[in-house]
Amino acid sequence: MEFMKPGAFKENANVAMADENLRSAMTMLNGGMIPNRQGAVDRLPEFEKLSQRGRELKDHVLAHLDFYLEKFERHCKASGGHVHWCSTPEDARQAVLKICRSVNAKSVTKGKSMIAEEIHLNAFLEQHDIKPVETDLGEYIIQLAEEPPSHIIGPAIHKTKDQVSDLFLKHHAKLGRTERQTEPQKMVNEAREILRRKYFEAEVGITGANYLIAETGSSIIVTNEGNGDLTQTLPKIHIVVTSLEKVVPTLEDATTFLRILARSATGQEFSAYTTISTGARREGDADGPEEYHVILLDNGRSAMLGGELQDMLRCIRCGACMNHCPVYQSVGGHTYGTVYVGPMGAVLSPALLGVSGTRHLPCASTLCGRCEQVCPVSIPLPRLLRQWRERSFEAGDVPVAERWGLSIWAFFAKRPWLYGPCARLAMRGLAYLGRKQGRMRKLWFAGGWTRGRDLPAPEGQTFQERWAREKRKEQRKKVSG
Amino acid sequence: MSAHAKTASGRENILGAIRRSLGRPALSTDAKRDLNEHITKHRANLVPARGKGEHGELVERFKEMAEAAACTVAVVDGETAVPGAVADYLRANNLPTQVTLAPDEWLSGLDWDGQSLLDTKSGAAGIDDLVSVTPAFAGVAETGTLVALSGAAHPTTLNFVPDYHVVALRASQVVGAYEEVWARLRKANKQGRGFTMPRNVNMITGPSRTADIALTIELGAHGPRSLHIVLIDDQAGED
Repeated sequence: MEFMKPGAFKENANVAMADENLRSAMTMLNGGMIPNRQGAVDRLPEFEKLSQRGRELKDHVLAHLDFYLEKFERHCKASGGHVHWCSTPEDARQAVLKICRSVNAKSVTKGKSMIAEEIHLNAFLEQHDIKPVETDLGEYIIQLAEEPPSHIIGPAIHKTKDQVSDLFLKHHAKLGRTERQTEPQKMVNEAREILRRKYFEAEVGITGANYLIAETGSSIIVTNEGNGDLTQTLPKIHIVVTSLEKVVPTLEDATTFLRILARSATGQEFSAYTTISTGARREGDADGPEEYHVILLDNGRSAMLGGELQDMLRCIRCGACMNHCPVYQSVGGHTYGTVYVGPMGAVLSPALLGVSGTRHLPCASTLCGRCEQVCPVSIPLPRLLRQWRERSFEAGDVPVAERWGLSIWAFFAKRPWLYGPCARLAMRGLAYLGRKQGRMRKLWFAGGWTRGRDLPAPEGQTFQERWAREKRKEQRKKVSG
Repeated sequence: MSAHAKTASGRENILGAIRRSLGRPALSTDAKRDLNEHITKHRANLVPARGKGEHGELVERFKEMAEAAACTVAVVDGETAVPGAVADYLRANNLPTQVTLAPDEWLSGLDWDGQSLLDTKSGAAGIDDLVSVTPAFAGVAETGTLVALSGAAHPTTLNFVPDYHVVALRASQVVGAYEEVWARLRKANKQGRGFTMPRNVNMITGPSRTADIALTIELGAHGPRSLHIVLIDDQAGED
């Protein structure tokens, strides 16, 4: 698929909807992730209570974030680690570069990290002659395709098996792999064999973190492939790129989140590998990195505290909201044109990037509420989406036609004595227009709708009329009964 | 020096921004005391019912859950049977017989020389090593999860580099819930008033897997293709 432009949701959606490959890749979601999650939730009777506790814990941590971050820093340092506080993506990139240069790094292996995506680390490292090698299979695929991730836990979810076959053939042929593989197992093997040596060659390994533990100064990664562990164990230096809100107080608290994360994300009871890392290798250890660095990124998060958007900082990046979003399922992640996609992305991106370039994102939702229902930490995503819509309206970011339309509607809506008769008139008029087929092919001012589909004709009565009629009927029944 | 000054200012900027947004200054000593108590008491939150029960029941659940996560489990009567069980497993599955053992005193002390099929060495894993045998710190019943601690006796690479990983676990090491592992870890690594963490605590639930190609689950993505547990019935249910 042709890569999508940021800030152009509508145009991107048109491209995406016409993409057969994308459609066939996205239908897999309904068959896999959704029932898997439901199954895992059903098997654990305490799931709801754990979620509730997780939500409370996050709220507690956010209200005392300064305390827990200082605690984390103290314990990380005490176990030989280094903490780098970075306000901006540029600060974070420079911190990573400096560490890489301290060992003259030529190549860097990377486990999956959304923060690395957020700060566009790969392009930056390449500019400085350091080769980033993505080792998560999904990330590896999109690195070959030169695309951004389209899902926060399944970055290559938009690719069909055939597309991956082609991609591997194109890039692996020069490594002597000239046979086009079509079985997933063989493709996985091919990537495994090609990446194996890279783990041993890299001077630096970069991972993200699902959680930071204040009690011990540790970081946690939750993975399935084992690539994150090879990435952080074999090179000389392990860098963790992460953000402020990932900190939790204790091992016990992290445990509560671990019980809900994999179940919400992939529907597994537990991911294959949950790894807690604390400091560098110890005296006498035969392997492990010699240095351990944690890059703590703010990038707008501290400004989200204390207001309505604070709820968004509870997010544990499970991806359940996008898996269940009818809009995401139809248009895929690239349409959003941002690093974070789906409902959580539509709330977070305006906070990170500013509301003006992202105004279509909060509008790319039917507000059906499935995202909030499946969110393990009950983030009120529909409410936050609405809040962004209001803000962008207030900021004057809404086009004139839309603004006028809303003003006209508001004029009537605020005057029920006028709204009723006008609505009745309009409904009867539309019913007359569509009387032959029960639908309309074209309608003035509604081209945005009718270009793609017919508009069903109203039956001639407004909702309020029918409501009043049903009520009268009921009352008559009561009186006569 | 300038680098240090820069880091310090990043730190103060961020902490200041957090406090401004929260609309309060740095916490008072009293408030900090309460939060410190939360950390030092490290109370368990909710522990699911499936993480509780009699020891025998938990061992059975551990086995079931591990198998559900695509592990294979062989139960043996005592630790002396471990080398034989490893050899049997490798032979039955037609796997290589060059084995890298964790340099762990207990594990190395078993009679590996008695297994003529096996060619053993000890140490961290190299790129060409195909089979590793390691001990574990604990097994957790609630999800069939093995917990391994890195250290001189257990290099982390043994858990991830070889194609086939075999773990020898004593039944007495099986606990119900993750929280019990943390309690055991704090006790085992006690230092002063606190405890020390090893470089890695690896929680391992089944072999490596991926669903990154068209959401089809395939085993053996980057880590081991298989995970075999030799579960030693050491009759020590009571703790």
